Amino acid sequence: MNLSQEEKAMSKGELGEAAKWAINHQIEVGNFFDAEDFVSVSNVHMMVDPESIGIAGVKFFENLVKMNAKVRVPMITDPRGVDLDYYRPLGQTEEMADIERRTIKACSSMGILMTNTCVNYQTIMAPLYGEHLAYGDTGVVIYSNSVCGARSNFEGGPSALAAGLTGRTPRYGLHLDEKRKPTKIFTIKHEPNELTDWGLIGALIGKMCGSYWEVPFIEGINKIPTSDEIKHFGAAMASYGSTPLFHIKGITPEADNFNSNDLNDLNHYDIKSTDINSLKAEFGKKGDKIDVVVFAAPQLSIFEMQKVAELCNDKIFKVPVLVCTSPQVYSDALRMNLIKQIENSGAKVLQGTCFYNQFAREIGIANGWVRLLSNSTKIVNILGGYGYKPVLANMEKCILSAVEGKLL
Amino acid sequence: MRVLKCHKGIGPKVSGMVLSANDNFSARYDLDRINGIFSRPNHKLFGKSYVDIILVLNESKGGVASAWMLYEMIARKMAPKAILFNKANTILAQGASLASLSICDRFEDGDITSLIVSGQNVVVDPPNGNVTILSK
Repeated sequence: MNLSQEEKAMSKGELGEAAKWAINHQIEVGNFFDAEDFVSVSNVHMMVDPESIGIAGVKFFENLVKMNAKVRVPMITDPRGVDLDYYRPLGQTEEMADIERRTIKACSSMGILMTNTCVNYQTIMAPLYGEHLAYGDTGVVIYSNSVCGARSNFEGGPSALAAGLTGRTPRYGLHLDEKRKPTKIFTIKHEPNELTDWGLIGALIGKMCGSYWEVPFIEGINKIPTSDEIKHFGAAMASYGSTPLFHIKGITPEADNFNSNDLNDLNHYDIKSTDINSLKAEFGKKGDKIDVVVFAAPQLSIFEMQKVAELCNDKIFKVPVLVCTSPQVYSDALRMNLIKQIENSGAKVLQGTCFYNQFAREIGIANGWVRLLSNSTKIVNILGGYGYKPVLANMEKCILSAVEGKLL
Repeated sequence: MRVLKCHKGIGPKVSGMVLSANDNFSARYDLDRINGIFSRPNHKLFGKSYVDIILVLNESKGGVASAWMLYEMIARKMAPKAILFNKANTILAQGASLASLSICDRFEDGDITSLIVSGQNVVVDPPNGNVTILSK
C-alpha cells in the first residue's frame, strides 16, 4: 500500500503503540484486498458485544487502554449484550455482566461513545451521500451504503476499532466505484405490505446473491418504502447473503448512475409470491407452541415502538415478550408512555441490547426457550445455529400468538 | 502432491487435515463455539468438529461478529488451524488478521471445495499464496 508520512510514522510506532497496532492491522487487511492506499473516514461504528469478544477480547481492549489508546474520529457502538439493569431475570450470569462492564469501561476511556445502537442512521446521525465510513453491524452498513449512498465495507470489531484509532480505513471494496456496480438484477413480482414481507424479500435476494461481492439491482418496487421497511429489507439481505449494498430503481440514490451498458448483460431473477411463501414456511407453522417472542434485529424505531404499544393494549401474555430498542428511542418511548403501555401486558423492553448478541444460546438453555417467534427475518436466520427452532410471523400475529402461547 | 496457487493470504504457514464442504461460513451463524462443532442444522458440516482442522468452504457469510469470535476461539484453543475460501468477505479477513489465523482465498484452478476434499492433508502457506495437497 502507498502510505502517507503520517501513516508511515504510525506504522513505526512514532504515534504510539496503539496506533501502531491499528495501522499495521489495517495494512495487512488492505494488502489482502489489494488496497492501494487509505481513505479518511468521518466516523466509526463498532460491534463489540461480550459474547463475541469474550475474556480474550476484553483483555485486548484493556491492553490498548494501557497504551493510552484514544480514538481520532467520533466513534460509536453497536448494541450491548447485557442490559445491566435487567440481566439476571434473563438467566445471564455475573461473568457475562462483568465482561460487559469491563468492555464499557475500556471503550469509554478510549473516547468511544457508548451509543449501543444498530439503528444509528435513525437515531444518531444519518450518513451523507459519498461519505466514507468504517461501520460495523451489517444492517448499519447496508443501509448506509444503499439508502444513504455512503461508503463503508463491513468492518468487523477489530477493524472498526483500528479505524477509530487511525481515522482512516484501507481503500478497497465499497470505497471504490467499480465494486458498487450491479452484478445481478432482481424483479419483485410481489408488492410487500408489512415489515416481515420486506424482510423476506431481502432475505431471498441475499440468498440468491450469496456473496459479499455481489451487488443486486432491484426493479419492480413501485411504492417508496419507509425507513423501517427498508431497514428490515437490508438487514435480512445482509444476514442471508453477506450482502453490503443494493440499488433499487427509482428509490435509492445510486440506482440512476447505471445505464443499459451496465445492466444488459447481467443475470436476471424474479422474486415471486411463491418464493416468499416457501421461505416463510421454513420458519414454523400454525399451532406451534411458542416459548418466547422477540422484537429485535434491528432495534425498534420509535414508530415500531408505538405500534407494539398499540398492539399490547389490553393484552396479557402467556409467554415472555422481549422488545429491544436503542437507548435513544427508549428515553423517548419512556417520556411518551410507550414503555409503560408495552410492559403493562407483561412484556419487557430492553434498552441498548439486541437479543441475538445477548448470549442467545445460554439464555435459551437457562429459560428453556426453543421455539422463538419474531417478526424479524434476520433474527430467525441467525438463531437457527444457536439451538432455537425459530418461527416467523408479522408483528400483529406475534402479539396475538404471545397471548395464546402458540402460533396463530 | 499438488500445489494450488491463490492470492496471498493472512497468517502463518500451517499444515493439517481438511474438512471440506461446498457451503458458506460464519462463526456466529454456524458454530457452537463452546463445544467446537458446527451447530447449524442445515449446514453441510453439521455436527462435525472444526477444532485444529483446516476448513475448506465456499464463502464467508453473515455478520460482523466473526471477526472478534476468531480471536476469542484462538485464545481458548477451540479454533480451526486455517480456513480456505473461494472468496473471503471482509469480516473473516479482518478477524484472521487479529487472531493470526491462517486464511487464503481466490484460487487460480477453480472451486477449492471440489479441489480439496475432506480427509486430505495439506500445507497452507499464506505468505506465498499457495496450498499444497500432500495426500490423495
